[in-house]
Amino acid sequence: MPKVEIAGLTKAYGPIEALAHVDLTIGDGEYVSIIGPSGCGKTTLIKCIAGIIEPSRGEIRIDGRDVSGLKPEERGVGYVFQEIALFPQMDVWENVTYGPRVRGWPEDRAREIGREMLEMIGLQDRSDAYPNELSGGAGQKTAVARAVSSGSTLLLLDEPLGALDAKVRTDLRYKVRKLAQDLGLTAIHVTHDQEEAMSISDRVVVMRAGRVVEEGTPAQLYLRPRNTFTANFVGEANFLQGAVAEIDGLGAVVEVGGHRIGTRDTSWKIGDEVVACIRPEFVSIERAAEGSAIRGEILRESFQGSIVRYTISISGGMAISADYAADLEPLGLNIGDRVGVNVRRDNVIVYPASKGGLAREIALE
Amino acid sequence: MIGTPSIRLVDVSKRYGRIFAIDRLNLEIQDGSYACVLGPTGSGKTTLLKSIAGLTQVDEGQVLLDGVLVNGLPPERRNAVYVPQLYALFPHLTVQGNVSFGPIARGIGREEVAAGAREMLELVRLEKRAGSMPQELSGGMQQRVALARGLASGAKLLLLDEPLGALDARLRLELRGQLRDLAKRLGLTVVHVTHDQAEAMTIADTVIVLREGRVEQAGTPFHIYHRPGNIFVANFIGDTNFIEGIVSERRPGGSTLELRRSINIMVADTSYLPGERVVVALRQEKAHIVREGVQRTNVLRGRVQAVRFLGNFVKCEVRLENEDAISCKLMRAREIPKDGDEVAVTFRPEDCVVFPYQPTGLGRDLEVF
Repeated sequence: MPKVEIAGLTKAYGPIEALAHVDLTIGDGEYVSIIGPSGCGKTTLIKCIAGIIEPSRGEIRIDGRDVSGLKPEERGVGYVFQEIALFPQMDVWENVTYGPRVRGWPEDRAREIGREMLEMIGLQDRSDAYPNELSGGAGQKTAVARAVSSGSTLLLLDEPLGALDAKVRTDLRYKVRKLAQDLGLTAIHVTHDQEEAMSISDRVVVMRAGRVVEEGTPAQLYLRPRNTFTANFVGEANFLQGAVAEIDGLGAVVEVGGHRIGTRDTSWKIGDEVVACIRPEFVSIERAAEGSAIRGEILRESFQGSIVRYTISISGGMAISADYAADLEPLGLNIGDRVGVNVRRDNVIVYPASKGGLAREIALE
Repeated sequence: MIGTPSIRLVDVSKRYGRIFAIDRLNLEIQDGSYACVLGPTGSGKTTLLKSIAGLTQVDEGQVLLDGVLVNGLPPERRNAVYVPQLYALFPHLTVQGNVSFGPIARGIGREEVAAGAREMLELVRLEKRAGSMPQELSGGMQQRVALARGLASGAKLLLLDEPLGALDARLRLELRGQLRDLAKRLGLTVVHVTHDQAEAMTIADTVIVLREGRVEQAGTPFHIYHRPGNIFVANFIGDTNFIEGIVSERRPGGSTLELRRSINIMVADTSYLPGERVVVALRQEKAHIVREGVQRTNVLRGRVQAVRFLGNFVKCEVRLENEDAISCKLMRAREIPKDGDEVAVTFRPEDCVVFPYQPTGLGRDLEVF
């Protein structure tokens, strides 16, 4: 049985629909992240599941049971949100064993769970610390442990790492994932950090304007996004507008400003107006321009830490970005160099050109 | 005043009770440059901005703006504007009203104010929303209004506290470049506090890394990233492997280090003597996975413990034969290894940054809580 089934979920604020007919099924033991630009409805969705927001229409089932009208504490969910909400007057131990005790579990059972939880989050030594004595990371770990110790098998994580430093976030995201996995919990995790979602989820749901745009495994969404909005939202992308000039033995060949880009997509016919999407790390720069499908000139080199981005101007007034990490053999490129640009056919995704224009299709606000 | 730093702090301290928010901090930021400040929570980033703005009076030390000592001067006489993290727009005023508020309060003529506001809204591309109320705008738009309001003050020193902090990651990416371009076009000096390293690396002329109220390192993004001055910076910026070893041989071209269980690696750094204990910092994207049998300097065998998909990178966590752990962030890899695969890891001697071993261990330097 699926853990969570959501059907036709709608939340209207006057004429504005924060959620519009959302359908979503989450399997038992699955770790699902929800991403989308601010205002897309992701927080409204998780709060509806938690019982904090009452939806206008639609149904939510948890373990097959319709939870409409149930209070948050009656839904059997553990809810963790961005601002640490530990009980300030209780120490770590009391916070973590709070759930079992209010449920009236025997004292030794509550103790056992408390010990297990502290061990899991690595805070055995801090059991008598009060929340205000904990670092942000330790506080958030305690909040997760408290949510889990109540016996909930559904964890609702609403930007649980949002208030933490980047380093701590990265470390903690893998710990939370492992905890959920080890305990066989189902988790729904709302985040504004695409990399966080990619790195820990079984499945990622992309929302926009109150609707689910697309869902899939992280690799599917990143490597084969089904629409330009997702392609743009979950990573950076070159979008090149052109038309199908030829269908060769492998797939459509798209002509973009006089350059020809081969693809493996056979679902097009000559003359179709399309957008070719290529991630910058799949664009290869060749020192010799001859023999390359696309030729251009290095316009900019931008250092971004772990990657260097080259912007190459190509004819037709267009530019294409290529990302390089530190390579074993450095490229030795200079601004103004004439270079060739190559992209493997597998790495080109083709979309139909939209009537409203690409900019509107990928707009974030 | 060519060559004069626009901002200079000399031994500046600010205490809250017994806690030093900033502690004998020294800093110079050149006129017209874009500086980004990075550091863990509680490292003094916001106090630094407020001390420059005059919103906080420092306890000790000198704050100089354009070479003039400004200690004791109120904010409005410092030619600086502070844009706080939570952009508090006036909810009852339109976008235009918010942007014009400061200039009107200073008694500037109505027409001049209107023209100035229009110009600032054009800069942040919100001229069409001049008549909107703040609550009708998205977070990104409100942020830009707050910025326009700061710019409309005419100050030439802009102090931005997480100006993109409230925004979605994808939108941040678009706005960060625009923010820098805008500052450059207006000839402003900017100090921009952020927790987003890629943001700092991409837009800053100078990156300043703070820790416990002091400057750990300041320099160009390239310098900070490739030549971190200490283990804290090497860890705090970027994703880094740390490997402990002992120098076993030192030659003109490089040194040999012995790792645990007598595994040797070569590093280009020759500034340590044989017998010295050292720590090598190696960026994860500079650790590559190669086919077995490849002839290179520094090929270490190991087994893949975890593979994590990050989008543009795939991260492989490898346990080496000597039980050391090393993570490799791969881009453009033809083949992605799987959990349990036997692999060979390689890296260039010149990509190893060598630090003296701390007798107290790595713990404190790697602590970022």
